Amino acid sequence: MTKTADVHVALRGVSRVYPASAGHSSVHALGPIDFGFRRGEFVGVVGPSGCGKTTLLEIVAGLTAPTDGTVEFEGRVVRGDVPDGIGVVFQEDASFPWLNVADNIAFGLRRAGVDGAETARRVDYALGFMGLTDFRRAYPAQLSGGMRQRVCIARTLVLRPRLILLDEPFGALDQQTRLLMGEELLRLWRETGATVMLITHALDEAAMLCDRVAVMSARPGRFIGEVLTGWPRERDSRVVSTPGFGDLTGRLWSLLRDESRKALGMA
Amino acid sequence: MSRAGLLRLLVIVLLIGGVEFLCRIGIVDRFTMIPPSEMVASLVRLVGTADWFWPDVTYTLRNIIVATCMSVVGGFLAGLAVHALPRLRRVLDPLFSSYYSVPTFVLYPLLIVVFGIGPLSLIVMGAMFGIVAMIVATLNAIDRVPRVLLKVARVARMGSVSTALRLKLPAAAPHLFTGLKLGVAYSVIGVVAGEFILATEGIGRRIAYSYNNFDNATMYGMLVLILMLVAVANSLLQGWERRLHRRWYRR
Ligand SMILES: Nc1ncnc2c1ncn2[C@@H]1O[C@H](COP(=O)(O)OP(=O)(O)OP(=O)(O)O)[C@@H](O)[C@H]1O
Ligand SMILES: [Mg+2]
Repeated sequence: MTKTADVHVALRGVSRVYPASAGHSSVHALGPIDFGFRRGEFVGVVGPSGCGKTTLLEIVAGLTAPTDGTVEFEGRVVRGDVPDGIGVVFQEDASFPWLNVADNIAFGLRRAGVDGAETARRVDYALGFMGLTDFRRAYPAQLSGGMRQRVCIARTLVLRPRLILLDEPFGALDQQTRLLMGEELLRLWRETGATVMLITHALDEAAMLCDRVAVMSARPGRFIGEVLTGWPRERDSRVVSTPGFGDLTGRLWSLLRDESRKALGMA
Repeated sequence: MSRAGLLRLLVIVLLIGGVEFLCRIGIVDRFTMIPPSEMVASLVRLVGTADWFWPDVTYTLRNIIVATCMSVVGGFLAGLAVHALPRLRRVLDPLFSSYYSVPTFVLYPLLIVVFGIGPLSLIVMGAMFGIVAMIVATLNAIDRVPRVLLKVARVARMGSVSTALRLKLPAAAPHLFTGLKLGVAYSVIGVVAGEFILATEGIGRRIAYSYNNFDNATMYGMLVLILMLVAVANSLLQGWERRLHRRWYRR
């Protein structure tokens, strides 16, 4: 593993069991997992449906407590609260229906007390790169699912978090938009030096965006392998047409195939 | 106006017209009820001539407004608190759902003993009557706030007060209208009925007084006034609700 000084997030023996509830026995959703994110690293997480990816993200964010083990963020154990400096884009639509697009994006900035001029500048920039400039006064109800997801991505990124956790952020987007949004994410990542954890079900997206892709097993999710992409920091969506690209997605799939069959009960 | 709206108007006109007809041909005698047209005429006359009219109306309106604010704001805050304590909620839920089967007005004499004959007793009566509807509506409304929004609040490191006011309140707003409308209606009923039972001023007390003096013109005139007040308040709220819903939900 990496030198301790470089480690931005460290998971040690993390696991999660959801207790039994009415009509349902307890679910061992995750782990145990040991894992480290280097500062400024772009890490992908792929795994079969229901293997505990969202659970893992919520534990890293401090939204859910692990049943066992600890998470350290910037050298401090995460416990109870979400630490400052973490941004999360959730799998579901989390836009605020009572605010228009611009106010949605500015929400966190205003709460953080960023001044008006700077807020306006960052919101304009985000509207631009998310392709939402013409919709700044529209309400979420007037947008498509993909546009709402972009609002949520923008709302998180304008805060310039040091750790960005993304739970299938491009799930509602079409392939072209997905590639271009991915490029914008890469650019922001390069400019801010943030650490990124990207959960995705699209293997090509993981292979294109990440430095390293971790593969999870069927539930209870554990890390069963990882693929290093070896891309330079300066990269964009055109890496998909380089000769090595197909090999990367191929390696991811060969790690995943058996686990996905298991998850679907096809064993 | 929509087709349904037109039909609704037609139903109302037919009903009022029917009552007017029954009164005019004498099937309903004048000691029981005067024709609706005369009720309105009587109200118009009272506005111009009765020296008690504006003092009584402002007295009642003020009490209704204060009682409504107390039941709506108090109900929302109490709802928030109970929602945050699931155990307390399990204890209280059956009490809330049986609250309106209790004849709250039997407590009015007790209120008079405690607060005296005056606005305070009436306001407490109105607020007590309305608050539970608002609490129940708040609980249901917050249940319907998507969990992911509460996660967003935690990631934004919002405290519980700012989460309540800046996230739960707006997110729950469209579903709070049920409570708001009931809260207004119940507060009106509580205040007017309290005045009706025992008070020194107010619309309700004026109605009771005219009833005891066989003054049907005044009694029905003031009844029409109350109906109009409630109808106006309700349609304002309804319009507001519709505007919010149109903005928030698809198409
Ligand atoms: N709040 C909860 N209570 C009980 N069980 C839960 C809860 N949340 C998740 N689970 C269970 O934990 C397992 C992992 O869920 P999780 O949402 O983390 O999976 P996922 O990998 O994100 O799935 P997907 O790919 O469909 O998004 C699932 O089997 C689910 O049933
Ligand atoms: Mg998930």
